Amino acid sequence: MTDTTAVVEVSGLTKRFGDVTALDDIDLTIPPGAITGLLGRNGAGKTTFMQTVTGQDFATAGEIRVFGENPVENAHVLSRISFIKESQKYPDEFKPKHVFTCAPWFYENWDADFAARLIDDFQLPVNRRIKKLSRGQLSAVGVIVGLASRAPLTFFDEPYLGLDAVARQIFYDRLLEDYAENPRTIILSTHLIDEVANILEHIVVIDRGRILMDESAEQARESATTVVGPRGAVDAFVANRRVLHREGVGGLASVTIERLDADERQDAVRAGLELAPVSLQQLIVRKTNATAADYAEQEA
Amino acid sequence: MIDDGKPIFQQIAEQIENDIISGALAEESQVPSTNEFASFHRINPATAGKGVTLLVDDGILYKKRGIGMFVAAGARERLLAKRRESFRTDYVLPLITEAKKLGISPAQLSQLLTDEGEPS
Repeated sequence: MTDTTAVVEVSGLTKRFGDVTALDDIDLTIPPGAITGLLGRNGAGKTTFMQTVTGQDFATAGEIRVFGENPVENAHVLSRISFIKESQKYPDEFKPKHVFTCAPWFYENWDADFAARLIDDFQLPVNRRIKKLSRGQLSAVGVIVGLASRAPLTFFDEPYLGLDAVARQIFYDRLLEDYAENPRTIILSTHLIDEVANILEHIVVIDRGRILMDESAEQARESATTVVGPRGAVDAFVANRRVLHREGVGGLASVTIERLDADERQDAVRAGLELAPVSLQQLIVRKTNATAADYAEQEA
Repeated sequence: MIDDGKPIFQQIAEQIENDIISGALAEESQVPSTNEFASFHRINPATAGKGVTLLVDDGILYKKRGIGMFVAAGARERLLAKRRESFRTDYVLPLITEAKKLGISPAQLSQLLTDEGEPS
């Protein structure tokens, strides 16, 4: 029996802490069976979103459906979720081996062999007390639990604080390999956008508690272009378009605008302009800044 | 190997095409699986799958149920024909634009091409 219900679906989701609105009337559906990047600045609302969706915090208003049900205090739903947090706390005397012994009690798909391979890959000292681990080793514990639990819905919230570039690459490689063989819904929240850009299938960008982008990674990659050339020619070409970013040096201008179709691209080339791609990270930075400018204008 | 300029799935399709054109992937031989492409290029398997599907839709690859993807007979010749068609827009026009910018006349350009050797 295949389950076609959306894995995560929220509507009108709002969360306030006192007079701070962390999530502001969000409607969002996370595509099932995909790796989704949950991106945005610090304090944008990413962690609050994950906390409310996993029933660890109560929503102020709105509806949350996870596997078609309300997740709050719902063992049937929560047993299918693995949520790896940035700073997971463990009992003081715990060693990594205790974590991996307990994990199968909570995750029915737990793969002990896979966990053992990952412990090897990350060279994690399993007999050292967790308080004595380095920040990177502590992150490795979380990453291993998140991968080896093979939960149908897995959240990684900034999972790799302190992990060096080599260890992060191991994480990405193992994640991709295991996901290819055991497809499941994965939500990865991170600031290292360029590093994960190619492994994401879908991206969601949260900004000031609202959804700024919600589209396939492929669409996002094509959604902006940078036009480079002599200032006059660039200005003429981008007139009447929404400018996401503008910079220049001497007589040269470089302006990021929204998507161009094939004819418009040809026009640009004929006008002697160069078109440069915009990486996912640049795109998000620029959209976030352009939106901030819009807000500032409204308030002025 | 993957750049930001084009959709990734299109780049995957083009790389498979290049391997067919160069002969690295012979006709009727099996191509790597979607997951192998994904892990080699470190990209999402869905993206790699989309690239392969593009070539299946074009009749360049075909699927043998339960075994995998294979290069279709005649694929190489068809790819060559397609690439010759796009040669003008992809290579010749940018070449002319750059030549104009540098003040190289059409006669000089054609002399350069002759000097660099005729295409074999």
